Formats: sequence, C-alpha cells, structure tokens
Amino acid sequence: MIIDPVTLIVALITVSTPVLLAAIGELVVEKSGVLNLGVEGMMIMGAVCGFIVAHQSGSTVLAFAAGMGGGMALALLFAVLTQLLMANQVASGLALTLFGLGLAALLGVGYSGLPVPTVGRPFPDALQDLPVAGPILFSHSALIYVSILLVAAVWYVLARTRIGLVIRAVGENHDAAHALGYKVVRIRFATILFGGACAGLGGAFLSVIRVQNWFEGMTAGAGWIALALVVFASWKPWRVLLGAWLFGGIAALQLRLQAAEVGVPVALLDASPYLVTIIVLVIISSDRTRAALSAPAALGRVFHASS
Amino acid sequence: MTALLDIEGLTKAYPGVVANDDVSFSIQPGEVHALLGENGAGKSTLVKMIYGLVKPDRGAMRLGGAPYAPAEPRAARGAGVAMVFQHFSLFEALNVAENIALGMENPPKPRDLAARIREVSETYGLPLDPFRLVGDLSAGERQRVEIIRCLLQDPKLLIMDEPTSVLTPQEVEILFHTLRKLSAEGTAILYISHKLEEIRVLCDAATILRLGKKVGECTPRDVSAAHMAELMVGKTLSVPARDDHEPDEVLLEVRGLSVAPASPFGTPLRDVRFEVRAGEVLGIGGVAGNGQDELLAVLSGETPVVADAVTLEGKPVGALGPNERRALGLLCAPEERLGHAAAPDMSLTENALLTGRLRQGLDRRGFVDWGKTRGFAERVIDRFDVRTPGPGVAARALSGGNLQKFVIGREILQDPTVLVVNQPTWGVDASAAAAIRQALLDLAQNGAAVIVISQDLDELVEISDRFCALNEGRLSEPRPARGLGMEEIGLMLGGAHGMHEAAQ
Amino acid sequence: MIALEKRAQPSRAWVVGGPVLAVVLTMLAGGLMFAALGTDPVEAIRIIFWDPLFSERFAAYSRPQLLVKAGPLILIAIGLSMGFKAGIWNIGAEGQYILGAICGAAFGLAFYPSESPLIFPGMVLAGIAGGVLWAMIPALLKVYARTNEILVSLLLVYVAEAMLASAATGWLRNPEGSGFPGSRNLARHAGTANLELIAGTGMHWGVLAAFIAVIAAYVVMTRHVLGYQIRLAGQAPRAARFGGVNPARLVILCLGVSGALAGAAGLFEVSGPAARISIDFNVGYGFTAIIVAFLGRLNPIGILLAGLLMALTFIGGELAQLMLGVPAPAIQAFQGMLLFFLLALDLMANYRIRLKREGMA
Repeated sequence: MIIDPVTLIVALITVSTPVLLAAIGELVVEKSGVLNLGVEGMMIMGAVCGFIVAHQSGSTVLAFAAGMGGGMALALLFAVLTQLLMANQVASGLALTLFGLGLAALLGVGYSGLPVPTVGRPFPDALQDLPVAGPILFSHSALIYVSILLVAAVWYVLARTRIGLVIRAVGENHDAAHALGYKVVRIRFATILFGGACAGLGGAFLSVIRVQNWFEGMTAGAGWIALALVVFASWKPWRVLLGAWLFGGIAALQLRLQAAEVGVPVALLDASPYLVTIIVLVIISSDRTRAALSAPAALGRVFHASS
Repeated sequence: MTALLDIEGLTKAYPGVVANDDVSFSIQPGEVHALLGENGAGKSTLVKMIYGLVKPDRGAMRLGGAPYAPAEPRAARGAGVAMVFQHFSLFEALNVAENIALGMENPPKPRDLAARIREVSETYGLPLDPFRLVGDLSAGERQRVEIIRCLLQDPKLLIMDEPTSVLTPQEVEILFHTLRKLSAEGTAILYISHKLEEIRVLCDAATILRLGKKVGECTPRDVSAAHMAELMVGKTLSVPARDDHEPDEVLLEVRGLSVAPASPFGTPLRDVRFEVRAGEVLGIGGVAGNGQDELLAVLSGETPVVADAVTLEGKPVGALGPNERRALGLLCAPEERLGHAAAPDMSLTENALLTGRLRQGLDRRGFVDWGKTRGFAERVIDRFDVRTPGPGVAARALSGGNLQKFVIGREILQDPTVLVVNQPTWGVDASAAAAIRQALLDLAQNGAAVIVISQDLDELVEISDRFCALNEGRLSEPRPARGLGMEEIGLMLGGAHGMHEAAQ
Repeated sequence: MIALEKRAQPSRAWVVGGPVLAVVLTMLAGGLMFAALGTDPVEAIRIIFWDPLFSERFAAYSRPQLLVKAGPLILIAIGLSMGFKAGIWNIGAEGQYILGAICGAAFGLAFYPSESPLIFPGMVLAGIAGGVLWAMIPALLKVYARTNEILVSLLLVYVAEAMLASAATGWLRNPEGSGFPGSRNLARHAGTANLELIAGTGMHWGVLAAFIAVIAAYVVMTRHVLGYQIRLAGQAPRAARFGGVNPARLVILCLGVSGALAGAAGLFEVSGPAARISIDFNVGYGFTAIIVAFLGRLNPIGILLAGLLMALTFIGGELAQLMLGVPAPAIQAFQGMLLFFLLALDLMANYRIRLKREGMA
C-alpha cells in the first residue's frame, strides 16, 4: 500500500489549520505574560457557534465571525477573572475549558449531523488542476491562506512595531511597564481577546470546513496541542507554523495508516499525535540554551499595581 | 528667577501610614537638589507623585510657573520630567535600544535611535552598545541605559532615586561628572539619597524628610555630615562597638569554586577561594549582580557543588543540602526577605520552622510540634525587638526592618558556627540597621565566623575584619579592612565597568 | 472608582464563606440558564439539590448514589489538592484513573475464574500501580527534562483513552460476550467484586478509602513536615529550596500520590459501580475532581463537602434530565459556572475593596 504524498500534504495543511490558528493566538497572549489554559474550551465554543450559525444562516463568513465571537466571549470571562479579579491563571484556564466543553455541548444539542454550506476556494480551477503544485498550493479554502497570513502578521507586529514591543515589554516585566506608564491590564485584556478570537476561529474551521459536522468533544485535545505548540515554538511565530504542520502531518498520516490497515495497533495510531507532541515537548524543554529559555519572564504571574 | 518646580503642601496617606505630610520645597533651574531621608521617610512616594505614578491627596505643584498635576508618567515626561528608578524599570530580554524606545513618547526609527544613543552616550561619557541585551549588562551599565533614556528627551528635571547604590566608587565619579555637566547645561536634578558625603560633594541644596514630614533644609556644602545625619535620623546613633581580638582557627574554607549560572542572565562563579576564622567578620563587597546571590546559594546548599569545594571545620560539605548544613552549624540569611528568607503568606511561627526545625528540635519523627515552634518564634521576636502583634502574623505584614530583624535573629538564636548574611541592612531604617550590625558583631565576639555580603561599603568598612570583593563572579584576595581607602576598594570592585566601549 | 488593596492576612470569613456564596450564585445563574432552556428554574434547582436527598419518590435510590459518586471524586481530589498546593498541576487524573482501572481489571481477569480472597487486594494494588505509573511519566519528564507537567499529564489522557478503547474491544474483551465490546462483569464475580459494605448506603471499599484519604491528608497537611513543605513550595518556591525542600522529590511525591489515588479510584469504580471495562466507563471524574479540589479550597475537609455537593449535582442533574428533559451537558456547564464564581470570589479573601474619590494608577 502506498500513501500518496501530495494528498497527504493537502490533508496535513487542512488538519493543522485549527491548531495553528489557536496556537498563534495563544502565542500573543503568552507574549503579553498571560497563560490561558482555556484554549480547548474557547476552540469548542468557536466550533459550536460557527456550526450553528453556518447551518442557520448558510453563510460561512457569518459562521467564522460567530466562531470568533464564541471564543472571545469565553476569553472575556477569563480576562475579567484573571486581570480584574486577579484569579489564578492556571485554575481559571482549566475552569474555562471545563465550562466551555459543557456549554458548547449544551448549545449544540440537536445540531449533530445537520448540513452546513460548503466553502468556496479562492483560486480558479485551472490553477487547482496543476499537477502537484495545484492541490498543494491552490486547492484550499480561503481561511487556510488567511491563517498563514496571520502568522506573518503576528510575526511582523511583535518584531517590528511599537505595539508589539509594548506587548513583549508587558510580558517581560509588568512592574517596569507599569512604572513607564503602560496600561498593563488593558493590553492584556486585548491580547486575551485576540487569543479567544483566534481559538474560536480555529474551532469554527474544524466544525464548518474540516469535519462539516458537530459532535460533543470534537476538538479532542486540539487546544492542548496548541498550547504545547507555543512551547515547542519557543514563542516564535514561524516555528508555530512548523509545529502545526508537524502535528498535522502525524495526524493525517496516522488516519491514512489506519485506513490502510497496516500492522500497527489502532490504539497506538490513535494516540500518536499526542505521543509525538509529548516527545517534541521533551526535546525542546531539555534544550538549555538561551534561545529555548525564551519564555516571557512574567508568564502566569498576577499583576497588581500597588502604587 | 522663577523656580523650575514648586511643591506646596503635598500630602499622601496610605492605610495606616502617612507617607507624605504637608511637604513643600522648590527646585531652581540647573540646581542639583538633594532629597535626604531614611528608608521609610517618604522620599519614594514624593518622587512618584512628581512623576505621575501616584496622585497626592492634597497639595499642589507648579512646573515653570504653570500648574502641574501629571495624571500618569507619560504626562510627566511630556512636561519635561524624567526619572531614573532605584530598582530599574528595564526589560532584561530586550536590547538597549528597545528599552530606550519604550521610555520615549515618539521614538525615532530603530536605526536613527541607535545613532542617537551612541551620540548621547559619547557626549556624556556613558558608553553603551544599543544592540546588547540588557540582561547581559552590569548594574552600572543598566543605570546608563536609564539615564540615556531620560537624556534623549531633553528633560528639564531629572529625578534620580538612590543612583549610587549600585555603582563602584569609580563609576560614581563618572556619574557625578555627567550630572555636573547636565546641571551646567541648565537641567535641574532631584537627587535622592541617604549618603551624606555624596550629597555634600554634589548637591547645591537639600530638603530633609523624616517620617513623611519635611524636617529641614540646608546647603549641604556649608553644614557638616553629622548635622544632616541628626536631622535625618532625629537622634544620634551609636557606632557598633567591639573589642579587639585575635582570630582563631579556620571554620569555613572555600576552594576552587566554579559554578555555571543557573538562569540565562545569571553570573557564573569563577574559581572563588577564601577562608573565615572563628571570631572573625569577613566582608564581601561588590556591585549588585556580580555573583552575590550565587555565592550565597552555594554556601547555603541551595546550589550543591563538589564536596571538597566547601569545608566546614575540616569536613567537606559542598555536596550537602541546606538542612544537612544547618545540622552542622552553617547557617545563612539570604538577601530577598520576602520569598527567599521567608514565605510572605506564612505566619512568623511557620517561618520560624523554615530554618529552625533541626537545630531547635521542632518536630518529632516528622510531626511538627507547633507549640514549641511558636515558642521559638516568640523568642526571636522578643530577643531582637521585632515589632509585631504576635507570631501568628503573616511575614509580609511586617515592615522591611522588622522582618529583617526576625530573619537574622532566627539564625543567630540557633547558635551558628558560621553565619552567612547577604545585604543584612538593605532597605532597613537606621536604628534597626545598627541593631543588626551589633548583633552580627556580638555573634563573632562569641566565637562564630560571620560572612557579610553587602553592597553598602560603609557598612562593610565598619564591621569587617577583612574585606574582599566580588567582581563578575571572581573574588579578590581578602585584605585587612582597617585602613582600606575607598580608592582601593573601588579597584577591588572592578573599577568602572564597561568603559572600554568608550573606544568604539 | 474602586480600588483593591491586598489584605495583610487572608480573610477567614471569606475563605469559608466564599464557596458557600459561590454555590448560591451558581444556583441563581444556573436558574437563568434553565429558564433560557425553557424549564422552570425553581423546579430545576429543587430537583437537583433537594429531591435526590429528600423526595419520597427518589431518595431511596438517590441517597446511596451520593456516596457512590462522591467516593471517586473525593479520592481523586484529595490527591490533586496536595499537588495543587505545591504548585504541581496534575490535570491528567482522568488518564491515571483509566490506567488504574485497566491495570486492576487486567489483574483480576488474569486469575478468572478463581475466587480467591487475595484477588481483590491484588487488584487494588495493581490499580494503584497503574495510576502511579501513568503519573510518573509527567513527573519524571518534569524533573529530568523540565517539561511542563500540565500539558504532558493532559495529553496522556488521550493516550489512556486510546488504550482503554483497545482494551475494551480487544485484549480485555469478554470472550463470552458474543463480540460486544467490554470486559467480563467484575462486580458480579466473587473474586473481583468491589462489594457494598453496608447494604443500602452505597458505601463500598472506594468510599471507605476516600474517607481514610481525607483523614490522612488532613493530618499530613496540618501536622507533618511534609505538609508544611508542600505548602511552602507552593507559596514561595525559593524559600522552600532555602528551607531544604528538594523540588524534584516533591514533584515525584505529589504526582505519585495523586496518581495512586486516581488509579485506586478507577479500580474501585470498574470493579463496582461501572462493573466492567468498557469504552466509556469513565465519565470524567478525573476532570470533575479538579473542580472538587478547588471548591474545597484544597482543604481535606472542604474537599469532603465539595465532593458530596458535586455528587449531588450529578445525581440531581440525571434526575432533572429524566423529569424535565434538561439536556445532559447543562449540568456540566452548571459545574463549570460554580468554579468560575468560586475563583471570582477568591479575590475577596485576599483583597479588600475600597471606594475612592478619585482614580489612580
């Protein structure tokens, strides 16, 4: 049995996109010094909101907006808890995930298996029909190109602009940023909401485009993998893209291997994306050079302006 | 001539304490004005109000004749007020140029900014590479980053909060040269310090605060340091007393100690060697960030090393953990009171257990005897005059000086063979500092060996028998402290750091 | 303008009152949610919180269920709370719970059809071993490779679920089950059954173990040096190292204990209430226990009460599903809300709210 590399690459890109979107959002959140462990909850809220709106309105654009809205609503809750009420970020993030999973399941009751509109592809058929390059480069839905542009934009903003510099400064030393007169809480509110929108969009992509269905718990740990990718990427946007493709590659490959019924136990194949993520985390974490230790210094710490 | 800054009746109260009570004074253009006072006198609150970080409850300010009430630091900077913080407001993982850009309202493009930084740093004799990470800079160089950040905005008033506490004597000279040049160009400087000699050398006028109130003003060149000290403290302090004695046998010896840094911006220890004898106080000076924390961690056992690198009464102890060393009589008190020497949210009783468990026998087969622990905490509180309602109070509720007395007292009451303290009087008011120094001297008198790591050179000269200095993780050869001049000490501290870059 | 001021000491009244108020607020917000779903909120709240214990129709069935459901929650939460106190975040208890169930069941089934009285104790040990083994993966990776234990322990839940599926459909499948997934019934076989100890109470070996764990944890946390070190490490890690606490040892210990208790809970469940290894015998106790641990303020006595309360919402939720047609996930959202309110109210324990004339930075 031979696995066609071209279709594998096409599948890889699709599979990786939800995780990529969520991870790039979380990267910005963490750069500002906030650890939001609620990515899984925000993603599944995005998935259910996107799916419901896609089914009801028939518009994928509205569906994606709804997905972002669902993620942001949950992110807002997190921002209020951690930034205004100064709750522990780890506990609040977990609460967000548990609550999001429950609320999404509740909202989605009865929507399983309903139809959603199919999305168009931006490039003309002539380009899509090119051998090899056609399917790999031109066959995707618009959101996939958007997600890659988003990575570039996040890189540009963080590395080259003043607002990016301020975000990094807040994540590095919130007391110093406060002493210089920057609004730490306001900046973090904004990044948390951005992270929620990205996670929600990722979830909506999953339900509306990739699976074209809704079922309970459909994110299946994608939010956690997104969190792991940020660590894997050492908080560098382009490496998030690389990590997402690596994860997408494993996930796409294992599905094909299962279909091909090779002599590998199904349980091992099912578990392989998670196992590979763990292995990669271990490799990255044991690297003790400075580049690998680039976690924002104020990550997860509670900020309270005492003056 | 109208004053540059007029302050009238500024008052700021926090729950339980009036930080500033009806303070008034004025600063002329080009004047170097000292704000003098002890820790807790209200200097920091006052300058935070001038810089827009804190809003006064009452009172008014005028800048250049116009009403001045900055709502935030941005507004203060816009009005021409700049500030160099005592605990730097810098970002270690960002480079010099990025740090400076963050402190400016409309920073130029990175390339232009770098050129401006080079230009200003040359003009004022403060060499600095715009593209180095701040985390890699020495304390003196970091201060230059802050100063240049301020100078790039052409301030009318430059506030400097305790600027010399992190500098070597040679670096202090360079700083003073820069400040005089600025003053000559018409920039006023508000200079906060508790070091009297510095103020006499540098400042044109001085305002003295005590317990939040203005208690006097003077022209520092015309009065004696003793006069200013009396105004500042409100009473005359006794200098720690001790008898002369011959040091006894070696109690602690460190040989060939080299340790790689634990964190990305830490300092390595490089071939450190010294010994301390019974009855002796060894002073270890050095500017912040030259390996003091690392050395203390090696001595306390938090960073274990090869067994032979540290010997206590001839026994190799380098590989032992903190509690095993305590059992043998090697006790430590780290610099950071809250979070290192004590757990902020735990009661004093619980904090007494932190280091006292083994030597005081506070547990029985792992079960804590809370009654006995409380008794130990009460003894520390009683013996060292710790002002607190009782041992049930959380550590963070105590003032810096009282908590420091508790932390040092906790170790001294355990009758150490060797005691290592880091910055024993940092941020502590003068009378508590004097009490702590006296307690350390008494401990040595009774036959213990005491190592005092400190950045306060006056303190070290006062209490040390021998003196040595840490500079970039290297320890200089210890020398008798008596008769050691500031010039020599400065060279031991490494002279002026990073000045070779002036050649660039 | 409202300003927050840190209290010198956490307020005792709020530490105790916070969870109670959180429950009340959750009832109100939950009532709104039920109203939005088209059910009578007052009736829904009554069915969830009152009927399982006091209604004549249901109490006879529901009351024993309280202990059956609270047992595993308390057992797991006690283990988690020690780690959480130390700042060690094992959030993969669900995985350890599954592994404990698989290992314990596999041990028991290996001796089938023997009815030796030694088999059940052996199963308990095997269950504990399974949980510890699974928890040691994040523990050792944290100690030796500095890998984040939150992510690893959580990702391992999905691996454990894959293993559970393969056990239920493959190597532990009942050979006499005509091909249906699921193992032999452990609860109806004398050698492997986790028996109800007092008839009609729901009290089984796992509930007993949970009570013992509560008492042991209480003693350790308040009187033993180990409990002191755990609290110290969580509050001030640097002070803990200075105080001679070995962080690596603490990570292994805390994850080991929580893994052991979660594994034991899995075994007790699979040999009793759940009766067999099946693809979905786990109902998320490992995750709900996180809520229980926080709701109980990481305090053993608090966890005991929180576990009972959470069990009540499970039973009441099932009842509401039956009586009012409330969708099953509503109760999960309800539990999530409870955690939110609790975290929000934590603020009041540590800060004082002051009204100011004027705003400031």
